[in-house]
Amino acid sequence: MPPSSTVPLPRWVLAGAVAGALFLLLPLAAVTAEVNWAEFIPLVTSDASLAALSLSLRTAAASTLLCILLGVPLALVLARTRFPGKRLVRSLVLLPLVLPPVVGGIALLYTFGRQGLLGGTLDLLGIQVAFSTTAVILAQTFVALPFLVLTLEGALRTAGTRYEAVAATLGARPWTVLRRVTVPLVLPGLASGAVLSFARCLGEFGATLAFAGSLQGVTRTLPLEIYLQREADADAAVALSLVLVVVAVAVVGLSYRSAPGRSASTRSAAGRSAPAGAAG
Amino acid sequence: MALRIQAELPDRGVDVAFEIGDGETVALLGPNGAGKSTVVSLLAGLVQAENGRAELNGTILFSLSNGKGLSLPAYRRGTSLLAQEALLFPHLSAEENVAFGPRSTGTSRRAARAAARRWLAETDAAAFASKRPGELSGGQAQRVALARALAAEPDLLLLDEPMAALDVETVPVMRRLLKRVLAGRSALIVTHDVLDALTLADRVLVMQEGRIVESGPPAEVLRRPQNPFTASLAGLNLIRGGVSGGRLVTADGLQITVPDAGAAAQAAGALLAAFPPSAVAVRRPGAPGTADPGREVLSVTVTDLEPQGDRIRVRGAGLAADISPAAAAELSLGVGEQAEFLLDTSAVTSYAATAVPG
Repeated sequence: MPPSSTVPLPRWVLAGAVAGALFLLLPLAAVTAEVNWAEFIPLVTSDASLAALSLSLRTAAASTLLCILLGVPLALVLARTRFPGKRLVRSLVLLPLVLPPVVGGIALLYTFGRQGLLGGTLDLLGIQVAFSTTAVILAQTFVALPFLVLTLEGALRTAGTRYEAVAATLGARPWTVLRRVTVPLVLPGLASGAVLSFARCLGEFGATLAFAGSLQGVTRTLPLEIYLQREADADAAVALSLVLVVVAVAVVGLSYRSAPGRSASTRSAAGRSAPAGAAG
Repeated sequence: MALRIQAELPDRGVDVAFEIGDGETVALLGPNGAGKSTVVSLLAGLVQAENGRAELNGTILFSLSNGKGLSLPAYRRGTSLLAQEALLFPHLSAEENVAFGPRSTGTSRRAARAAARRWLAETDAAAFASKRPGELSGGQAQRVALARALAAEPDLLLLDEPMAALDVETVPVMRRLLKRVLAGRSALIVTHDVLDALTLADRVLVMQEGRIVESGPPAEVLRRPQNPFTASLAGLNLIRGGVSGGRLVTADGLQITVPDAGAAAQAAGALLAAFPPSAVAVRRPGAPGTADPGREVLSVTVTDLEPQGDRIRVRGAGLAADISPAAAAELSLGVGEQAEFLLDTSAVTSYAATAVPG
C-alpha cells in the first residue's frame, strides 16, 4: 500500500475520479437491474445457453494454453535477447491489442481460410480450419496473446538476470536455469498473464464472428449467443451478460490476488522471498 | 598453476594478466571502477573478453582474438561465484539452494542432498537447512550462499566483495569462516578491505584503471606501496620523486632527506618514500622551534581536516598528518591556511619505484 500523500489532491481531480468510477460501474448496475430473476435459472440453463457457456469455457481454456505455449518463448526472447529489429517485433506482437478484432478475424481468414495463405496446404492435409471450433481457438489466441507476452515480459525484466547468472556459474545448463530458476521466479507474472489472457478469450467476439462464424455448439461462444439473443430474447441476453460479468469479476479478483506475487519478485531481488504466497 | 589468464576488454578499459597457483588465494584490490568485478565476470563467463586466453587446471576457458574464438559457457567453467549479495533462489529452501549445483551437474537427488548437508555444516549454516531465504538474516544468507558456491565443487572460487553488504557485527564471523574454507583452495577474492587481504590472501593484486599495477605477498605490498591507492590502504603517506643530492625531490618541489637514497635510486629512475601520518607533526608557520636534523619541515596549505579514530587528520600537499585533538585545538587551523608539517625522518622507508608489472 503506498503511503497516502501529505499534499491533498485538488478537488476537481476527486470529482473526475468519482465520475470515472461511476461511468464504469453504472452500466454494470443497469444490466444487473434488468435481470429477470424469476426466469434467471431457466434462462442461463437453456440448451443454447449451456452450449455457448461450455464452448466458451473450453475454447478459452484451450486458447490460454496455446497462449502459454507461444507466449512464454516470445516473452523470453523479448526480455532476454538482443537482436536487430527487436522493437519492431515487440510492436507487432502488441498489434492485436489495438487492432479492431474484426480486422484480426478477417486477417486470420485470409491466412487459414480455404482461399487463404495456408489454406491450400491445410486442405491437402485434410484440415479445414475456418468456421470450426479450431478457428474459435485461433481467433481467441490471436487477440489474447499480447496480454500474456506483455505481462510475462514485464515480470522477466523485474526479476532480472542475476539469479540466472548465479545458476549458470553453479553449473546449470540453459534448460536447467529456465526450468528451475527463471520460470519459478516469474510464476506469479505468468499466472497473471494467463488469467488476463483467459479473460480476453472469454470476451472475444469480433474476430470469432469474422473467422469462425456462429454455429451453435461449434463456434457460437457466449458473447455471440448474447449478441444473437439481444433481439430475440432480451431477458436471456441480460441473464447471460450477468454470467459474463460475474466471470469477469472473478477473473479480475484472481489477478489482483496474484498482484502481490508480482512485486514479490522485485523484493526477492533484495534477497527476500515472497510471503505473498501465503497472503495471496 | 591453477589459473592463467590474460585478457583484454577495451570497452571497459580492462587489460589484465595474472596467475593463481594451486590452492592459492589471491586478493584483488583496487578503487571503485578499477575493473575488479569485470575480471571476475570474465573468469565466470558472464562477460566475454575481446582478446586473450585463460586456462584453468588445463581446461581452456577462453581463447579469443577480436571477439572470435573459443569461449566456454559459464556452466562449463567450474568457477562458482559468490557476490556481494547472497542471491539465494527465493523459491527454494536453504538446503535446496545448496543442492542446486550438484543437482545441475547430474548428481542424484540423494547424493546432492547429502552434499548440501555437508556444506551447510561446513559453513555453520546447518541450522537453516529447511528455511527459506526470506527467513534468513544477511549474514546467514551469505553463509548459505557460500555453502552453495562450495557445493558446486569449483576449480576456482570467485568471491566478489563477499562481505561488503554484511552488517559490521557479522563481518568478523564471515571472515573467520572464509579463512577456514579458503585454506588450500584456489580462489580469487575481490575486496576493498585491507584486512581481508591480510587475513585471507596468500598474494594480493592491486588493480587501477583496468590494469594490475602491483602484485606480491600482502605484507610486502603494504609495506612498500607503489601507488597512492595502495598507500592509502596501508595507511601510509607516499611521495614519489627523483633523487638530487641525497634528497628526494617531487615534481611539486617537495623535498626530503631519505635514508640510503643513492642505492635505491640506482635501481630505477624514480624513488618512493613512505611514512605513516603519525610520524608527522603540525605547527603554524614561523612558530618557534629548534632546528632538528631528524625532522624535515614541509610547508603546506591545509586542504582538509577530519576525525580519524581518536586523532585529527590534517591534509595538505597530498600528505596526511595525525595529531591529537588537543594539538588541533591549540593550532586552530582552518582549511586553506598555511601550516608546516614536521616529518620524523627515522619513520621514512624509501625504495625504488618498480616498473609496472604485467
